[in-house]
Amino acid sequence: MGEVKLFFGPNHPGMHGNFSVHMYVEGDTVEKARPLPGFLHRGFEKLMERRLWYQNLALIPRICVPEPDINEACYAMAVEKIAKIDVPERAQWIRMIVLELARIASHLMSFPGIGGTIGLYTSSFWGVSDRDRILDIFESLTGARVYHMYIIPGGVRKDLTPKIQDLIFNTLNYIEERLGEYETLIFKNRIVHTRLKGIALLDKETALELGVTGVGLRATGVPYDIRKVDSYLFYDKVDFEVPTATEGDAYARVYLKYLEIYQSIKIIRQCLEKMPEGKINVPISEGNALRYRVPKGQAYVHIESTRGEYGYYMVSDGGEKPYRVAVRGASYPQTFIGIEKYLPGTRIEDVPIWLSTMDVCAPEVDR
Amino acid sequence: MANKSIPKKEFFAPIKAWKYIFKKPVTIKVPYVKREAAERYRGFHINDWNECIGCGTCAKICPTDAIRMVEVDDLPHEYGKKPQRPVIDYGRCSFCAMCVDICTTGSLKMTREYVHVSPEPEDFIFAPTEKGIHGIEDVPVGWIRDEGSDLLELERVEMEMIEGEGRSKSFIEYVKGYSKEQAMHEAARCVECALCTDRCPQHMQIPEYIKAIWRDDLTDALKWLLKGNEENNMLGANPFSAVCGRVCTHKCEEACSLGNRGEAIAIRWLKRYIVDNVPEYDKVLEARPENKGKKVAIVGSGPAGLSAAYFLATMGYDVEVFESLSRPGGVMRYGIPSYRLPDEALDKDIAFIQALGVKIHVGVSVGKDIPLQKLKNEFDAVFVSTGFTLGRSTGIPGTEHEDVIQALPLLREIRDYLRGEGPKPKIPKSLVVIGGGNVAMDVARSMARLQIMEYGKVDVKVTSLERTYEEMPADMDEIEEGAEEGVKFYPGWGPVRIVIKNDKVRGIELKKCLQVFDENRRFNPKFDENERQTLEAEMVVEAIGQAPDYSYLPEDLKEKLEFVRGRILTNEYRQTSVKWLFAGGDIVNGPDIIHGVADGYWAARGIDEFLTKGVK
Repeated sequence: MGEVKLFFGPNHPGMHGNFSVHMYVEGDTVEKARPLPGFLHRGFEKLMERRLWYQNLALIPRICVPEPDINEACYAMAVEKIAKIDVPERAQWIRMIVLELARIASHLMSFPGIGGTIGLYTSSFWGVSDRDRILDIFESLTGARVYHMYIIPGGVRKDLTPKIQDLIFNTLNYIEERLGEYETLIFKNRIVHTRLKGIALLDKETALELGVTGVGLRATGVPYDIRKVDSYLFYDKVDFEVPTATEGDAYARVYLKYLEIYQSIKIIRQCLEKMPEGKINVPISEGNALRYRVPKGQAYVHIESTRGEYGYYMVSDGGEKPYRVAVRGASYPQTFIGIEKYLPGTRIEDVPIWLSTMDVCAPEVDR
Repeated sequence: MANKSIPKKEFFAPIKAWKYIFKKPVTIKVPYVKREAAERYRGFHINDWNECIGCGTCAKICPTDAIRMVEVDDLPHEYGKKPQRPVIDYGRCSFCAMCVDICTTGSLKMTREYVHVSPEPEDFIFAPTEKGIHGIEDVPVGWIRDEGSDLLELERVEMEMIEGEGRSKSFIEYVKGYSKEQAMHEAARCVECALCTDRCPQHMQIPEYIKAIWRDDLTDALKWLLKGNEENNMLGANPFSAVCGRVCTHKCEEACSLGNRGEAIAIRWLKRYIVDNVPEYDKVLEARPENKGKKVAIVGSGPAGLSAAYFLATMGYDVEVFESLSRPGGVMRYGIPSYRLPDEALDKDIAFIQALGVKIHVGVSVGKDIPLQKLKNEFDAVFVSTGFTLGRSTGIPGTEHEDVIQALPLLREIRDYLRGEGPKPKIPKSLVVIGGGNVAMDVARSMARLQIMEYGKVDVKVTSLERTYEEMPADMDEIEEGAEEGVKFYPGWGPVRIVIKNDKVRGIELKKCLQVFDENRRFNPKFDENERQTLEAEMVVEAIGQAPDYSYLPEDLKEKLEFVRGRILTNEYRQTSVKWLFAGGDIVNGPDIIHGVADGYWAARGIDEFLTKGVK
C-alpha cells in the first residue's frame, strides 16, 4: 500500500478550531505532515490598525477564544507602556485575578478535554461543566461569559464588588475540591496512561530551538514562566510555584496544566487579600474615547498564557489608531514547526493528542 | 515535578469510578431551570427616548458598525436634539457595551435578556425603546454606565481669567484665552454630534474646526471659520470669528450634547484660540473671485453689514459700506466694553474684510450726508443693517432728568473716552441700572470700573423685574462676574419713580414684582403696590431694551416696507418687499451678533441671486 493523503480538520471533532493538517500516511503511521492555517481569514492585526485604540477592545478577545483576557491584558499593557501610564494598584490586582481565573477556565477545558480525544468523555463533560462556574464569575464581573472586553488600557472597566469576591471565593473552594476527583478520574486512569505516556514527545533542546513555551517547555524540565522570569502586574508580590516535569510527553503536559490550577487558586486568594481600595482605571489620553491618542513609540509586552508566551508588539505614530500591531501567538511554534517536525512517525490517532496537549489555538495562528 | 510527582496508574481505578453513581451530577439538570443573568449582563439594549437626543455618539464608537441612526418622523425637531434614534443590528453587535459607556445622556442601557429566537432575520434589527427587544414592561437592566466605565470627559478645561478684584481695576480683557495644550485637551472632548452646528444661527462648522484644533492644524481650523462649508456656498463661515470667539451668545454651547451629563464644550473659547493664534489669516482666502462688475451699498458697519460685505466680496462684487460713526464696527465697537471685546480683536476681523477690497466710508450718515435714494441710483443693490441705536425708556416720572440716561449712549461715551476720542463721562458715586440683560451688565460693570478708578470703591446696583438670576436674560457668567466685581443685584423689583430732590437725582423708588410673564409667556408684569423700597443713587441708567432708528428711510419707501413689531419683514434671503433693498441684523432679527452674521450671509446670497438671475 502506498502513501495516502489525509486531511485532519478543519471539520474534525478532534481538531481545535478552524485549522487543518495535511497528513501523508503509510498504513497507520504519519509519514509527512503539513499545517494548513488560514480558514479563519480574520486578519486581526490589520483590522486593529483601522480601529480606534478603544474600539480594538471588541476585536482582541477573538484572537484566542478560550483565553480572551490574555489578549486584552497584552494590548492594554502595551498601550500603557507606550503612553507611560501608571495603572491604579487596585486595577492591577483585579487584572491578576481575571488572568488567573482565565487560566483556570482554559485549563479546565484543556486537560479534561483530552478525554474527548482518547475516549474518556466523562472528563470532558466535567471540565466544561466546572469551567462554566468560572464563566459565571466573569459574567458577574464583566457582564459577559466569553468575550469579556474588561481589561482596558488604563485599568479595568468595572470594580470588583464584595458580592463578586464572595462568588470567586466560593467557586475556588469548589474547584479545589473537585481537583481531587479529576486526579482519580484522569491521572490514575489506565486509558490515559496507555494513550498519553511516552506519546508526542518533545525534548528540551528541540523545544528551546523551536521556541516552544508554556507547559510544552516546562514538561521538558525548563522552569520558564514569564510571571517569574519577567514579572508583570504584581506577580512578584505573590507566592506561587511553577510546576515542571522532565518526561516531555503528552501526559506530563496534561498533568502540569492540572497542577497549575492549584497555583492559580493560590494566587487569586492572595490577590483578594492584598487588593487595596481605590480607582480602577485612568484615561489613556485626554478627552473622550473617540479621541484617545497614544504618543509616538513602540513596545513589546509579553505575558504567560496557558499556551506559553503571549506577546504584543505595538507601534504608535501618535495618532488615534495603532500604527502596527503584531501578535506573538503562544501556540504558534508548536503549531507550525512542531507539526511538520514531530508528527512524522506518530500514529494517526496520536495526532490530536499533540494538537490538544500543545494547546493549538487556530485563530491565534491565523491572525 | 514541583508540587506532586506524576501519579502512577491504578489497577483499581475503574472500580473506584463506581462511587460516582450515587453522587450529585455536576452537569445541568433536565428539565431545564431558567437561569437569571448576572446584574451586569450585556444583553440586548434599551433606550429611553425621552432622554435620547439622537446625537449618534453610540454609532460612532461602535467597533462593528452595528448601530446606525435612523430619522424618526414623529419626533419634534428641537434645538439640542436630533429626530434620530439608534437602530441596532444584532447580526453585527459584539455586545461590548461601549455605546452604553459613551452615551451622552445615559439613555442607552443593556438588559439581562439573553434569549431571542426568531425565524425572521429582520427581528434581530430593531430600534431599542424602554421595553427592550421583547416589549416587556420593567425589563431587567443589565450593564449600565458608571463612573469607572464612562468614556466621556465631562469637565471642561477651565479658562484662566483675571480674578474679580484685579479685573475691576481696569478695562483690560480679563479672559486670558487657552494655551495650545488647553485648547487641544478641550477639543479632545468633542463627540462631533453637530448639534451645535444645528443650533448656531450661522450654522458654523463647529465640529470641523474643533477637530482641526485637536489635530493641531490651525490653518485648517481657520479655513473652517472663514470659509465654512465651501461646497455649500460657504455656509457656516464667520468673518467675525475673533469677535464671536469672545462675545458670542454661544447658543451652540447650550445645545452641546455633553451638557446633558457634564459641561458643554467651550466652543466660544476654542474659536478664539484659533483666531488668536494665526497671525496672518488673510492668506486663507487664496483665490480671489472674478469681478462681477456690479456694486452693492451697505448701510451700517455692524456685524450684519460687514458680514454681508465679506460674503459679497468673496463672490466678486464691489462693496462699499457707509458708517455714520468715526469707526466701523457698530455695536461691537461702541456697545461692548473693551474688557470683553478689545479693539484689537475687532480690528483684526475688519482688516481682513477690508483686505478683500471692501471700502468702508466712516462718518457718513445715510439719510443726512447722503440720501438712500442716491445709493439706490449708484449701486445695483442696497443692504441696510443700521441696528438698534435708540434706547428705550421706562417712562416713569423723573426719567426726563439729565442724570437719567440710556445705556447705549453711555456705553458709547465710555468707549470713546477710553480710546481717548471723547470726554470723560459723568461718573456718579452711586448708580442704579434698570434692566436684567447683558447691556445692563455691561453698563454696571463698566461703571464699576470707572468708580474704582475715580473713587476707589464701587456702588452700582442693578434692579430688574425678573425675580431670579435664572430668569434674567443676561448670561449667568455676566451676573456672577459682575457680583465678583462689586455690583449688587436687586432682582424682582419694578421702577416706580426717580427720586429727585433739589433738582438732583437721589435714587429710585421700586415696587415688588410678583410676575413678569403670564401663563402664555407674554410680558405681563404684576406688582405688589404695598411692598416698596428706595435705592439711593446719583444717576440712573435705563437698560431695558433698544429700538431702531429708521429716520434715514424716505417716507415713500417706508410705506412700501412691511414692519413687524418695529422690525423689517424680509424673506429668507433678507430681501424686503422692495426688491433692491435687503435688510438684516438687529432691525430684522433682534440684537445678537451671530444672528447678524447669519443675516449678512443670507443677504449676500439673496443679493447674488437677485443680481445674477434677477429672481427672488
